[in-house]
Amino acid sequence: MNATWSRFNITSIVLGFAFLYLPIVLLIVFSFNESKLVTVWGGFSTKWYVSLFHNQGLMDATWVTARVGVISATVATVLGTLGAITLTRYTRFRGRLLFSGMVFAPLVMPEVITGLSLLLLFVAIGLDRGFFTVTLAHITFTMCFVAVVVQSRLVTFDRSLEEAAMDLGAPPVKTFFQITLPVILPAIISGWMLAFTLSLDDLVIASFTSGPGATTLPMKIYSQVRLGVTPEINAACTILIAVVAVGVIIASIANKRREIQRQLDERAAQRG
Amino acid sequence: MANIAATAAPSTDTAATLPTRLAKGFVDRLVIIVPYLWLLFFFLVPFIIVFKISLSQTAIAMPPYTPVLDFTDGISGFFTGFRELNFDNYTWLTQDALYFNAYVTSLIIAGISTILTLIVGYPIAYGMARAPATIRPTLLMLVILPFWTSFLIRVYAWIGILKPEGLLNQLLMSLHVISQPLVILNTYTAIFIGIVYSYLPFMVLPLYSSLEKMDYSLVEAAQDLGCPQTSAFWKITFPLSLPGVVAGCLLVFIPAVGEFVIPDLLGGSQTLMIGKTLWNEFFSNRDWPVSSAVAVILLLVLTIPIMFFQQAQARAQEQGK
Repeated sequence: MNATWSRFNITSIVLGFAFLYLPIVLLIVFSFNESKLVTVWGGFSTKWYVSLFHNQGLMDATWVTARVGVISATVATVLGTLGAITLTRYTRFRGRLLFSGMVFAPLVMPEVITGLSLLLLFVAIGLDRGFFTVTLAHITFTMCFVAVVVQSRLVTFDRSLEEAAMDLGAPPVKTFFQITLPVILPAIISGWMLAFTLSLDDLVIASFTSGPGATTLPMKIYSQVRLGVTPEINAACTILIAVVAVGVIIASIANKRREIQRQLDERAAQRG
Repeated sequence: MANIAATAAPSTDTAATLPTRLAKGFVDRLVIIVPYLWLLFFFLVPFIIVFKISLSQTAIAMPPYTPVLDFTDGISGFFTGFRELNFDNYTWLTQDALYFNAYVTSLIIAGISTILTLIVGYPIAYGMARAPATIRPTLLMLVILPFWTSFLIRVYAWIGILKPEGLLNQLLMSLHVISQPLVILNTYTAIFIGIVYSYLPFMVLPLYSSLEKMDYSLVEAAQDLGCPQTSAFWKITFPLSLPGVVAGCLLVFIPAVGEFVIPDLLGGSQTLMIGKTLWNEFFSNRDWPVSSAVAVILLLVLTIPIMFFQQAQARAQEQGK
């Protein structure tokens, strides 16, 4: 493989990654800009971070976003995992086609449609728009992403382990918690994280389904961006990027460790 | 082998006691029903409501801030409303050239952006698939990582770059490539850049997964037999990566048609896209029935690509087993 990794391949990867990362790097760099102009460098300063923490509106929005994210990601992970089990394990039941359609369609559905339709639902059932409705909306669209992530792990899962446990008399629920869950746990964790970041990022669906007093961070950032680009927004974005990046890196390291541990266990089992 | 639970492996079933079996049946049903009902209520029912409201303009007066449909009327009120349904909103959409243009422009922009994303994404995915196996997971993570950072932030980052006094113009002018700043922000070019940039991971990932599975000895065999590199690519590599190409293109095209953030922040007020039209109809004009009608038509336009996408997903799922 090494021999065929030509200069062309390397160049395209380097250019591609430069394209992917340069804008983000520039955004972070200019959050430390002394000058109020976002595009002219005026020396290093952390004053925008300081002013950020004194911006009460932004702080409130951050708190709302964090709560919506944690609650919706948790519920979405439970529902999405159930959905993934349904998709992989129950191939024959009435309405399966509709079910798989409802899981896959939200992945590509334009957000304006999802947002508008959920809003009209909430109005129709007389639910006041606010924290609760944003959370419900986020559960709905993120659970499908969780379902797809968990499902991809479940298809490669060795069913004979479960069958062995059940043959030995373990009830199905116990089998699930002791055999299946530990194996698919990495996928469930990355599903949770994906749901959390999707919720953290969402502007469009939140704008439709949120009400007074439940302004999320993206909504706040969006309304400020419309007024003009300021280093303060860069600082807010940088913090958000840092939080997500640290989370992803920790998760992938944990994942890798678990993988190595599993390989060691397998080797030990083979020797023993 | 995934239908074991549904068809119930006979050996385990006869061994299990009756209560266990009953419990299993109950758990099975619960596993299916909970996510099913949730999606029915929060995904399917809302579309029906959108459709209903799109037909309800004259039946319901539309003062700003008031709810559109009053369900306190009960069944009789519902049927009265039924008689008053009309297609005025849809007639309105066909009469005003603005909407038609917005739909067509959105489809064209999404189409061109999808092709551009494919052109940019293919070499990256190809390079990744040919990379030494040890660094492939790292490369994969590097592609996924931007996807985890906010969409809004990534679009916002481009404003500072593309502005007339922005970083790109500063760079080009200091290199004396141009003497006048290029106007990129608030044009369709900026929208193309925004879409290609934001959706690139969606294109690279499916391409990579189909290219990685490919058997390269086929290409080597072709080259050994005297086939030039480029025609070996078009005759072997590209056709074999077609499932990834299709999946990637659909993942980019469908959401891009209804995109709001990118045309709004990078396209300015001059550019026309349907997601933005819907947003303005709803938030600026507060015309809920018309925005519902816009959503219904958009959904109809996207039905065919969405069904293609679902089929591709189902096929991938089958192969995964």
